[in-house]
Amino acid sequence: MALLQISEPGLSTLPHQHRLAVGIDLGTTNSLVATVRNGISVVLNDENGRAMLPSVVRYLADGGVVVGEAAQAMQSEDAANTIVSVKRFMGRGLKDVGEISRSPYRFADAPGSEQGSGMLQLRTVAGVKSPVEVSAEILKVLRSRAEAALGGELVGAVITVPAYFDDAQRQATKDAARLAGLNVLRLLNEPTAAAIAYGLDNAAEGIYAVYDLGGGTFDISILRLSRGVFEVLAANGDSALGGDDFDQRIHCWLLERNRLSALGPQDTRRLLTHARAAKEQLTEHAEAHITAVLSNGEVIDNVLTRDEFQAMSQNLVEHTLQPLRRALRDAKLGVADIKGVVMVGGATRMPQVQHAVEEFFGQTPLTNLDPDKVVALGAAIQANLLAGNRGGDDWLLLDVIPLSLGIETMGGLAEKIIPRNSTIPTARAQEFTTYKDGQTAMSIHVVQGERELVNDCRSLAKFELRGIPPMVAGAARIRVTFQVDADGLLNVSAREMSSGIEAAVAVKPSYGLADAEITRMLQESTQHAQNDMQARAMREQQTEAEQLLEAVQHALELDGDLLNQAERTQIETQMGMLRNTLQQADHLAIKRAATALNDATVGFAQARMNKGVALVLTGKNIAELGVK
Amino acid sequence: MHPASFNFQQNHFQLFGLAQSCQIDTAQLEQQYHALQALVHPDKSTHLPDAEQRVAMQRATLVNEAYQTLRSPLRRARYLLSLYGVDTQEETNTVMPLDFLMEQMEWREAVSEARQARDEAALAQLEARLQRETRELEAQLAVKIDAKKDYAAAAGLVRKLRFMEKLAEEIHAAYDAIDT
Repeated sequence: MALLQISEPGLSTLPHQHRLAVGIDLGTTNSLVATVRNGISVVLNDENGRAMLPSVVRYLADGGVVVGEAAQAMQSEDAANTIVSVKRFMGRGLKDVGEISRSPYRFADAPGSEQGSGMLQLRTVAGVKSPVEVSAEILKVLRSRAEAALGGELVGAVITVPAYFDDAQRQATKDAARLAGLNVLRLLNEPTAAAIAYGLDNAAEGIYAVYDLGGGTFDISILRLSRGVFEVLAANGDSALGGDDFDQRIHCWLLERNRLSALGPQDTRRLLTHARAAKEQLTEHAEAHITAVLSNGEVIDNVLTRDEFQAMSQNLVEHTLQPLRRALRDAKLGVADIKGVVMVGGATRMPQVQHAVEEFFGQTPLTNLDPDKVVALGAAIQANLLAGNRGGDDWLLLDVIPLSLGIETMGGLAEKIIPRNSTIPTARAQEFTTYKDGQTAMSIHVVQGERELVNDCRSLAKFELRGIPPMVAGAARIRVTFQVDADGLLNVSAREMSSGIEAAVAVKPSYGLADAEITRMLQESTQHAQNDMQARAMREQQTEAEQLLEAVQHALELDGDLLNQAERTQIETQMGMLRNTLQQADHLAIKRAATALNDATVGFAQARMNKGVALVLTGKNIAELGVK
Repeated sequence: MHPASFNFQQNHFQLFGLAQSCQIDTAQLEQQYHALQALVHPDKSTHLPDAEQRVAMQRATLVNEAYQTLRSPLRRARYLLSLYGVDTQEETNTVMPLDFLMEQMEWREAVSEARQARDEAALAQLEARLQRETRELEAQLAVKIDAKKDYAAAAGLVRKLRFMEKLAEEIHAAYDAIDT
């Protein structure tokens, strides 16, 4: 309880007050939440002592939502309303989801989109749901679990995503976290999170490969670990390959064996559940017994041997080796350069996967960390750092964008603007011109992928540039800047260079949700708790404002000499005004005053960074600078 | 505000505290890169106000860009020449020595044949030879820029190296194509 958090008089926790932050592994099959307690990363269990929350969401007719084991227990009985592996649908359209006929769900097109385009939706008894909303339900449960365990509101969370997730999938994940009321400190790539947990734990140095086969996604990342720097050299993978596909193989085998066709959603889900159990059994045993009763009373009774399973899934395992070879080539490295191979994801427990990886690298993979938990543990360590809880040791993470970003040019070709494996954040500016006299608008189609044809790449968004001043054809010079931030997310801005006019950029995300949709979802999910929301907004604004004041005060004490008297007075005036608004019950007033203070400190922030940079170059230790 | 003693208006060499030259100490470059990112990377300012986060992203982007430019010998030389006001005319000047162009044609045919035949060994051989010849051109380039200050000749070498870079990209794409 919050009441028990008493600090000793005279022992102020400021400015090193511990801020509550968590790492969340939002997995295809299971999700976990972890945090750093007393310097050690730990997974937070539910009230029954279970760490893993099955990523299953069931919608009830009365509008209720059930998440986790209770939902999982009903996945066969109420298959159409019980969503499993929703991660596979994040940022994906109907045409991306193969074998719809075999799926137990009733899909729908995104509202207002052409048929087959836009992020798919699921029809449930509680209405049409976007994968973003379904994922948010999982995140909400983890958030409450964490807040109950930690006894307070979270400052923020690091959410992990597969390294090979494209922009649409990343954005969808971030939107889901927003919808769950989480402040996203960072989207962190799953293999990178694992590398942090492994590397810090073992003080590892050298080049490592992280082989991450999860429930629905496969990633391979090659990292160089040296003196506290985690540098991703190359990432590759397949965002639609995972343990689920091995279940599918067994499922198909069962259908064939028993000459079954066109099963209903219930039976499909039931057989898939048995298939998964058999797969897990074959990790320890030479054979698995599969017995199930179908809804028409037919009894399924089969024995699957490990050899049979390996034979039917061999090409899935081989399929993971191609991204592996590509990542090595991109990193300009050979197998002999790899010092260790870290295995991540429950699916790496399968003996055939371990053998294949061992054979490929010519060394036994490292399995001393729990492959189910290592991602959440690493994310928690990163969250702790990003929240501003500095421990003794500090490290730097340099990650990459996994897939090239490009734009559509003449003839439906994709021109690469930012190549894959570029270290983020990164930006590229490109100039365009008008082709007609008096043209005031143009459209730019942004795609992601490695293929030459736009149609073979993933469409991310179409940007409409409006407000270009009318000129003769070819005279306008529109500079479009593509900025990829540290979450691996793309932002686009445009400016007409000869006039300096900022062209408005209207984004039509191909698979994402427009801001209006997010707002609607937020309103819907909170309409029952309007008052709570008000109070919460108030508390959040107050906390943020207090943190801001504290940060500015700290900066003034350290680097106040960078300011002249007028500048200092201006900042102090804004601080005073913000302090005044804290006494009022108007969160908008607080927000306005906080923004004003923020704006007043831009120059100061730049000067502080410059000072820090200059000192590094003159040989001062970074730790001496007190740069937070 | 005091004019800061250091700012990002400086060129990439100054940013990393390196002498402005074609030959650089790559270990020092990497070390400075890590030291700069340790300061400006957005991960260091997630708990700070928005203004500082925006500044951090812009700076980390610039440090990454500068590092990528200086790390590659070709990009480094091109950048250095641009500092000296020399346009390498890679898009406009297509006049290349005939023997060089002939050789390029042969290279391309060899790569395309190896791709068709899915012959990884042949690709590896081509790649090794390409790397050797690229290194030679890069060494010549350093002499032209640093010692002789013959920037016109250096621009010619940059144009040649651009061809070599495209070849390397084709070999890379061929590997990927074979592996599909």
